[in-house]
Amino acid sequence: MTGRVQLAVIGAGPAGMAAAVEAANCGASVVLIDEQPAPGGQIYRAITSAARPGKAILGDDYENGAKLTDTLAASTVDHWTATTVWQVTPEREIYMTRDGASHRITADAIVIANGATERPMPFPGWTLPGVMTAGAGQILLKTAGLVPQAGLVLAGSGPLLFLIAAQYLRAGGAIEALVETTPRSNYRTALRHLPGALRTPGYLRKGLGLLAELRKHKVRHVKTATRLQAVGDGRLQALRFSRAGRQHEIACTTLMLHIGVVPNVQITRALNLPHDWDALQRCWRPRRDADGATELDGIFLAGDGAGIGGAVVAELEGRIAGLASARALGTLETGKAEARLAAERSRLAQEMAPRPFLDALYAPSPEFLAPPDDTIVCRCEEVTAGQIRSYVGLGCIGPNQTKSFGRSGMGPCQGRLCGLTVSEIIASETARPMAEVGYYRIRPPIKPVTLGELAALHDDQAAAADRSLENAS
Amino acid sequence: MHPDVIIIGGGLHGLSAALHLCRAGFRPLVLEKDYPGRHASGVNAGGVRRLGRHFAEVPLSVEALELWHQMPDLVDDDCGFSPCGQMLIAETDKELAGLKSRVRDLAKLGFDHEKIVDARQLRSIVPALSAHCAGGIWCAEDGAANPYRTVSAFHRKVLASGGRVEAETAVTGIKRAAGGWIVETTRGSHQAAVLVNTAGAWGGKVAQMIGDFAPVDPQAPMLMITERIEPFLTPVVGSAGRVLSFKQFDNGTVLIGGGHRGRAVPDDNITALDFTGLRTSAQTVRALFPQLAGLRIVRAWAGIEAVMPDAIPVIGPSVAEDNAFHAFGFSAHGFQLGPIVGRLIAELVDTGACSLPIEPFRINRFNDPATGLS
Ligand SMILES: Cc1cc2nc3c(=O)[nH]c(=O)nc-3n(C[C@H](O)[C@H](O)[C@H](O)COP(=O)(O)OP(=O)(O)OC[C@H]3O[C@@H](n4cnc5c(N)ncnc54)[C@H](O)[C@@H]3O)c2cc1C
Ligand SMILES: Cc1cc2nc3c(=O)[nH]c(=O)nc-3n(C[C@H](O)[C@H](O)[C@H](O)COP(=O)(O)OP(=O)(O)OC[C@H]3O[C@@H](n4cnc5c(N)ncnc54)[C@H](O)[C@@H]3O)c2cc1C
Repeated sequence: MTGRVQLAVIGAGPAGMAAAVEAANCGASVVLIDEQPAPGGQIYRAITSAARPGKAILGDDYENGAKLTDTLAASTVDHWTATTVWQVTPEREIYMTRDGASHRITADAIVIANGATERPMPFPGWTLPGVMTAGAGQILLKTAGLVPQAGLVLAGSGPLLFLIAAQYLRAGGAIEALVETTPRSNYRTALRHLPGALRTPGYLRKGLGLLAELRKHKVRHVKTATRLQAVGDGRLQALRFSRAGRQHEIACTTLMLHIGVVPNVQITRALNLPHDWDALQRCWRPRRDADGATELDGIFLAGDGAGIGGAVVAELEGRIAGLASARALGTLETGKAEARLAAERSRLAQEMAPRPFLDALYAPSPEFLAPPDDTIVCRCEEVTAGQIRSYVGLGCIGPNQTKSFGRSGMGPCQGRLCGLTVSEIIASETARPMAEVGYYRIRPPIKPVTLGELAALHDDQAAAADRSLENAS
Repeated sequence: MHPDVIIIGGGLHGLSAALHLCRAGFRPLVLEKDYPGRHASGVNAGGVRRLGRHFAEVPLSVEALELWHQMPDLVDDDCGFSPCGQMLIAETDKELAGLKSRVRDLAKLGFDHEKIVDARQLRSIVPALSAHCAGGIWCAEDGAANPYRTVSAFHRKVLASGGRVEAETAVTGIKRAAGGWIVETTRGSHQAAVLVNTAGAWGGKVAQMIGDFAPVDPQAPMLMITERIEPFLTPVVGSAGRVLSFKQFDNGTVLIGGGHRGRAVPDDNITALDFTGLRTSAQTVRALFPQLAGLRIVRAWAGIEAVMPDAIPVIGPSVAEDNAFHAFGFSAHGFQLGPIVGRLIAELVDTGACSLPIEPFRINRFNDPATGLS
């Protein structure tokens, strides 16, 4: 696992698998790196595992993943599983850990396809044991078939929330309530984008189907809930919220939260790539062109890590980045590449048609962007929203300074769970645009690595240095 | 009202100079291109160390430590300073012999703050250390402080004492004017009678604007910090035979530093880490504290620091012009000196003289390749 490779693809979700296979089929030699034990990414997690739940539970979209994993298996792609990337440099070095040691490789081209993370949904009590993200719940379902049998409440908004609810119901789980936080005004804004969305009606049909499943199981579905609060004595006991001016409380032992996904920008930030603020999705997007190329030579982006589009979009973007990197590597002729890229781009435009509608409908409620003072924002260092506001009062002008004021963002998660919230709070307190407030400077390692793993860093250069040390002593 | 002194650079040295000038009755203005503490002063290891210093720095460092111990008197805040002691370890008898001879030489100069300890004393102060170590030098009154908190405390105290600090204001040009200087910035120009250059890694550039030459090498010392673990270490630990500085904070995290350098791009405010160097740091820790191999590193970073060819700073008046002074080039150990060098600069501005020996730090000790003069 040392030395030089032609193309390295980071992430074996739909985007990364498509990019790797496409480039390999053009003759490039490709390694595909993922920290998971098997290919699939978020949506197709555990697809190749015999123990996973079947199609009847996870649905048709999930089963589509098998086509991708089959083509991957049939390709020449070298898939490095259980390998965690912890640093990527502009010189296209990739650092990773596997089996207790670190490795460094240098690639002629890199496709970063590391996917999305769930948007944090902070509100008072969200750190109580018993509260988790819906995505984490879904991972337990996909990998181990685990379903809570009672006391489950889901809260938040977005298509994935409904999908996960439906998957639970199909798996025989019981849901006490689904508490939706989509603000009423979103419906009006979204309506304007409905005609565009109807150009690719599959998404809407699926959404309506999921809602019908909830009704069929008589799940209590609360809409336009606000002022969420998780309460309990050392452990979750109930979810409180307001609706139409009245307080409600639902007893529960498991609360799963979800308000959409956002690009995981740790690697692109660590690379110092420019990021644009997406005011509708309220997230950062690393800048790239129509082929996924960034301003760094030989570094391409694809999939939800570059902008949220979902699995089909991720796969198409993966193909585009795979073709574009093969062209850059010289294994695909420019003329041929152009024709194939054009075809993929037009399919991509078609798939993107429903996005404005979905983005407007599921824009996160402001209550979770800049939560009330007593909400813990940085979970690693236990910094509250009120503390962040007080730092602003003391002259703190940006997220990086909050680290010095009170260590927010300095824990093991490297700000993944608080980065957006901290910047949003500062922006709203100082009445400045997010683009100006900016984001944490991300310091490597973007995933924790142990001293022992770093001490055992293997690479050609280091091996040479070792030898010269031995000669000297 | 015009300031009487303009200080270029809002790191610890610029702010300290400003504070001591305020105390002497001046009305200084600090111009900082980013924000105070953005560079070396805010991101360093916080080591407050007399131990192991270049002999020329020792008198300043000893005086600085007095100020660290009375920090609340100076800036109304202890800056997170804790006198936890600093230990320099020798792994072999040969290394220990070297340390002993250093301590003897220091004694001849009249300084006795560095004490030799044997293997047994070493182990009683640093019980977690690997058993093979032979001894070391112990400085019980040295310690560590919180860098950004220190910069913030100096910043606040400057403002409270009548000084001004302008952030996001980069100095782009310097001209002589009747009775003083005109300083051009990205946000307008300022006038003052006296200039102080505390521009850190950019100190050579500012010196050049004044007409002086100093061969500053901008380097990027690197640090790593780990997740929290149970307390196992009180003092700051360095090593005679390897580059290491090692410290556990009260919150349980462990800071790992030492001389390894990344790459600095001062024009873009960027640093790049060199993982081969960090790997060596990890190997050093594994050799000295084998029980820590499973500890997770959560963050690594580097700061941009001015390193001089002889690894000691430039402190003193300009040779090209009157009414201009320099304090930069601290070569990766200037944090501890912050409180004292600011006082020396204020003395120079105020009286033209200085209460401690700064002759070794004169700017004209370097040969200017352009003129051939020194
Ligand atoms: C928790 C979660 C659950 C989701 N569930 C669904 C779902 O059920 N249905 C659906 O339609 N959409 C789901 N999504 C949305 C999902 O983002 C897209 O549908 C789709 O998976 C995006 O594909 P991708 O290839 O861009 O990224 P992903 O599928 O997320 O793949 C990224 C891959 O990169 C790997 N990776 C990331 N960082 C590193 C690193 N540092 N080192 C090594 N490997 C790394 C990850 O392990 C992952 O396998 C989910 C998203 C999240 C965050
Ligand atoms: C990682 C690391 C660890 C360290 N550990 C220790 C330690 O443990 N103990 C110790 O004693 N020392 C340590 N040091 C060294 C110490 O941090 C520095 O020597 C000290 O902070 C230098 O302070 P300064 O004010 O001279 O420089 P800086 O803090 O760099 O300040 C200079 C300022 O000038 C500004 N500036 C530059 N040009 C212009 C311009 N044209 N216009 C306006 N502003 C300008 C810059 O933006 C900068 O903020 C360490 C350094 C680093 C990087």
